[in-house]
Amino acid sequence: MHQTFDAALGINLLHANQKGADHNRAHFDEWGITCFNIMSSPGAGKTVLLERSLAVLTDDLKIAVIEGDMTTELDADRLRQYGVPVIAINTGRSCHLDSKMVAGGIHQLEHQYNPVDFDLVLVENVGNLVCPAEFEVGEHIKVALLSVTEGEDKPLKYPVMFQEADCLLITKIDLAPYLDIDINRIAANVRQMNPHVTIIAVSAKTGEGLEHWFNWVKSQVLNQRSSATATEMLPA
Amino acid sequence: MHETDMTKALIFTVKDWWESQTERPQITEIHLIVGKFTCVEPVSLKFAFEVQTGNTFLEGVELVIQETPLIAFCHRCQQEYAPQVGLQYGCPECDSPMEDIRSGRELKIDRIEYIFDEANKKAYAPNI
Ligand SMILES: Nc1nc2c(ncn2[C@@H]2O[C@H](COP(=O)(O)OP(=O)(O)OP(=O)(O)O)[C@@H](O)[C@H]2O)c(=O)[nH]1
Ligand SMILES: [Zn+2]
Ligand SMILES: [Zn+2]
Ligand SMILES: [Zn+2]
Repeated sequence: MHQTFDAALGINLLHANQKGADHNRAHFDEWGITCFNIMSSPGAGKTVLLERSLAVLTDDLKIAVIEGDMTTELDADRLRQYGVPVIAINTGRSCHLDSKMVAGGIHQLEHQYNPVDFDLVLVENVGNLVCPAEFEVGEHIKVALLSVTEGEDKPLKYPVMFQEADCLLITKIDLAPYLDIDINRIAANVRQMNPHVTIIAVSAKTGEGLEHWFNWVKSQVLNQRSSATATEMLPA
Repeated sequence: MHETDMTKALIFTVKDWWESQTERPQITEIHLIVGKFTCVEPVSLKFAFEVQTGNTFLEGVELVIQETPLIAFCHRCQQEYAPQVGLQYGCPECDSPMEDIRSGRELKIDRIEYIFDEANKKAYAPNI
């Protein structure tokens, strides 16, 4: 006789990933590191932004980068020139980083360096507007990039990432004069679903707006430090 | 492509549960609740699930997906409304931004159905 049973679970479909993200965040908190998850569609300007940021922010902050790419180390090599540890993670066919992949990066950082020396870990996610938004990696801050060439309507069409973002960078604004695009319209579209998001318009090419971004990053690291309560112990 | 990754995540999570059971039950159905304001497309998820579970402990298991609509609550108007995904997220009455999502973000394994073989259970029951 077969008998059917029913287990009411009510657990998150991404529970396994969530557990990994909590593990990663506990490491960051223990080491006093702030972690940013930087997300956008392919080519919105994440790597160039990181290059510009490393050139300036390393004066004030000790930074490491975890660089997700489907196949190459091209981006990682570009960033290594700034003298910071860059841990490259090839995701293979996966279109986003998950918490397990980032855990691999964190453990490399732990073994090759003294993690308590670092202030900030920047995770460059795989270029994709869709699922990176659902897969937490243990970050404290989510940053979304949208370049002016992508169009005003993208936040409306790919809402989840923009709804979850703490900061939206509107990138490549040096190109705006050549396009039929209204930056205020992009901002308004994001604010429709995320009224508290910090929005900064930047051009990595001309440098416009970057000073705001740098200041915002520094303020977030300070905030994170002061709000970090007693260090959490990791489960054995 | 991301349904492939979602499915992997789902399988990992179910496996966690399955391995935590004292007797590994034979799962027959997995019931999910998936919000419309997520990155998951149910048809693609079902397809990916079927493909990825072949020859595993989940082979032949049916995935039953219940979708929930996106519902937000406007604090100014003190009422719920249904934002139009892709077009308009603010309150249709007063244009306040969408702030308080009441449904639509769910990605949940609601329940799992499984069977026990009673005869086997008796045969292996200790001290009888
Ligand atoms: N005009 C202009 N071009 C830019 C700007 N920022 C980036 N680009 C160009 O946009 C292209 C893509 O930039 P990347 O930084 O590689 O983009 P990415 O987001 O890292 O791309 P993936 O890692 O492949 O997802 C490059 O050719 C950059 O030179 C900008 O502010 N202005
Ligand atoms: Zn890049
Ligand atoms: Zn993905
Ligand atoms: Zn209203």
